[in-house]
Amino acid sequence: MSEDRILLSHGDGGQRMAELIERVFLTHLGPSEPPGDDAARLSAPAELAFTTDAFVVDPIFFPGGDIGKLAICGTVNDLATAGARPLALSASFILEEGLPLADLERIVVSMAAAAAEAEVRVITGDTKVVPRGSADRLFISTSGIGAIPVGVAVSGASARPGDVVLLSGALGDHGLAVLSCREGLEFASPIVSDCAPLAGMVQDLLAAAPGVRALRDPTRGGLASTLNEFARQSGVTIEVEERAVPVHPEVAAACDLLGLDPLYAANEGKMVVILPPEQAQAAFAALRAHRYGREAAAIGRVQEGAPRVLLRTALGSHRLLDRHVGEQMPRIC
Amino acid sequence: MHLNDLRDPELVQGLAARLRARPAPPATLMEVCGTHTVTIARYGLRQALPEGVRLISGPGCPVCVTPQAQIDHFLALGRLPNVVLATFGDMLRVPGSERTLEQARAEGTEVLITYSPLDAVAAAEGHPEREVIFFGIGFETTAPAVALAIQEAKTRGLPNFSVLSAHKLIPPALAALIASDVRVDGFLCPGHVSVIIGANAYRPTVAAGKPCVVVGFEPADILRGVKMLLDQIAEGRAEVEVEYSRAVRPEGNRKAQELMAQTFRVVDAGWRGIGTIPASGLDLAEDLAEFDAARRFTVDLPPAREPQGCRCGDVLRGAIEPHDCPLFGTACTPAHPVGACMVSSEGACQAHYRYRSTENGA
Amino acid sequence: MCLAVPMKVMTISGPVAEVEDRGVRRAVRVDLIDAVAVGDYVIVHAGIAIEKLDQVEAEETLRLLEQMLSAPERPAGP
Repeated sequence: MSEDRILLSHGDGGQRMAELIERVFLTHLGPSEPPGDDAARLSAPAELAFTTDAFVVDPIFFPGGDIGKLAICGTVNDLATAGARPLALSASFILEEGLPLADLERIVVSMAAAAAEAEVRVITGDTKVVPRGSADRLFISTSGIGAIPVGVAVSGASARPGDVVLLSGALGDHGLAVLSCREGLEFASPIVSDCAPLAGMVQDLLAAAPGVRALRDPTRGGLASTLNEFARQSGVTIEVEERAVPVHPEVAAACDLLGLDPLYAANEGKMVVILPPEQAQAAFAALRAHRYGREAAAIGRVQEGAPRVLLRTALGSHRLLDRHVGEQMPRIC
Repeated sequence: MHLNDLRDPELVQGLAARLRARPAPPATLMEVCGTHTVTIARYGLRQALPEGVRLISGPGCPVCVTPQAQIDHFLALGRLPNVVLATFGDMLRVPGSERTLEQARAEGTEVLITYSPLDAVAAAEGHPEREVIFFGIGFETTAPAVALAIQEAKTRGLPNFSVLSAHKLIPPALAALIASDVRVDGFLCPGHVSVIIGANAYRPTVAAGKPCVVVGFEPADILRGVKMLLDQIAEGRAEVEVEYSRAVRPEGNRKAQELMAQTFRVVDAGWRGIGTIPASGLDLAEDLAEFDAARRFTVDLPPAREPQGCRCGDVLRGAIEPHDCPLFGTACTPAHPVGACMVSSEGACQAHYRYRSTENGA
Repeated sequence: MCLAVPMKVMTISGPVAEVEDRGVRRAVRVDLIDAVAVGDYVIVHAGIAIEKLDQVEAEETLRLLEQMLSAPERPAGP
């Protein structure tokens, strides 16, 4: 193909589209199973996890990743929150007319690498091209199927008073990495997105601590939103020790500068873990032993009480940690 | 000394305990700075006040005190062809008479959130086909930055950058508060506004018998500032004291003041809840008319309408506290706000809402 | 109002300085400050430096705070 940009004809179902699929998608992601069919087939054990997500991040390339890596990791991680091992992924692309092919290829290569790390393949997909202006460069939607090992029952509704809350690492790297290159807000920093596939870390965690009650990755809305979801689903109060929550100094600095709160910042490579206290030590050790859990910390406890999240501040006082409302926008005030 | 030394939990907890245990007659203290409002709420500093001492918020949230008419004006400008409305993030969800900036964006208005007004100037330079209009919100801390941006646009000869100024000045607001029916025994003065205007700017306020302490923004600063105010009240003094001495000078930042004088002229201004306060706002200077969005563009404005039942005005002048408003926590919450005080992350109502729930049976 | 953070001056070029705080760097205008030098800490608000942080006063503040903590209880009322 001699063109260097996506054209509407790349989505026409004809020759051009077949070439695009062959040259970019199949080359890097491998064939569908069986090759050439519209529907992939796979064998699966009894209990399955199934998830879907769409990715519209702007900018599409950011320090530490890109929209493609985000898509694979996001779906793999959603499966991991059910304790599932990823079996297969699908990827659907909506491409804007005019998107440089080099950008698309770079993104697909990145997806292949993330999938390989997560030991899963994209076995089916779809491509559409829309006129210039109808999509912001590209949107990716991924779905994933995972296998839940026998005996694993992880759910946000399972937290119980007395449980310990662990966080697998520092907050806010992804959110601030993306903001650092957004027009109007740019700043230079060593912050890189924490975007990572966590299936392996979760498998290690569950092996060490099979009694894990709840798992979730604090993406949009950050830790505060995830904890509020757990509190509501389980009907419990969750108390968090502000000083125990890890935040990298450069992320704290960026938040101070822009007037943001790291507790609400997006993360793409972290897990919140709720589990019985007698397994906390083993879980903590398993997380810390994994490359994506080196900065894991115990950050709080589940208590009897109305569904809400209490933050114990550095001062020792308590305040409510609500879900945030609206986008986290940099303040001057 | 590092900021972290000031944030040492033992230091802060120790100061809080001392303050709490201190015998003090009933007093009402007022802070007039949205950043103080947020810090106090975020760290639960009210829990450190001695029994009988109240700390209320005044008109220190620049977003909250901007009247409907000015917000409507900015939104109306967004409907002009090729316009990009540039603003600080604080403004996104604040309601005008008919809609918020966020809703306007959904309807097709182009919005650019910037950290600095200088970023808006850069955007204007980078997008010559667009008309960039920056919303000049903020007190004396922010006005110099906007002034620099206007001067920068002038130096670069940009034909497509202008500012809608809604800047307001703190000392006239303090005078209006003292003259009102609101009873305040002392003021925690805004640290960064004071960096610009200088501690001496509060002389008229203490002359009217109200002690003033210029306070920084770390929890330790605020605790110390409260203590200094309570000491003044206990000793019957009304002086200007500076807690934030590492940044605030008696005369303030002269260069910033001169730049403001060159770029702006002082005008009467409307403050939500208080009404018009003489000589309390800033418009662009005559010779900078081409950068003044109010003079450059003509727009139709809807009649300014306050939301039904909203008592933001009374909250802003300290006449009532957030929980006294009948809408607070019921019809008006952060997720479904009625007025600016609940919308703004610096608004007293939002701060109170997030903090209030733990006081009763936490 | 207002959010402003102390940042360290790393380089100066005319009216613009590159300032840094825990790895985060930004270009800010420093022409509203007298005599800024590399190594100074400035208070940054909305992209401009509004003042230089007085290190001596900062130390004094910390000393006063620590003193507040250890001072004997003040008697009640005037």
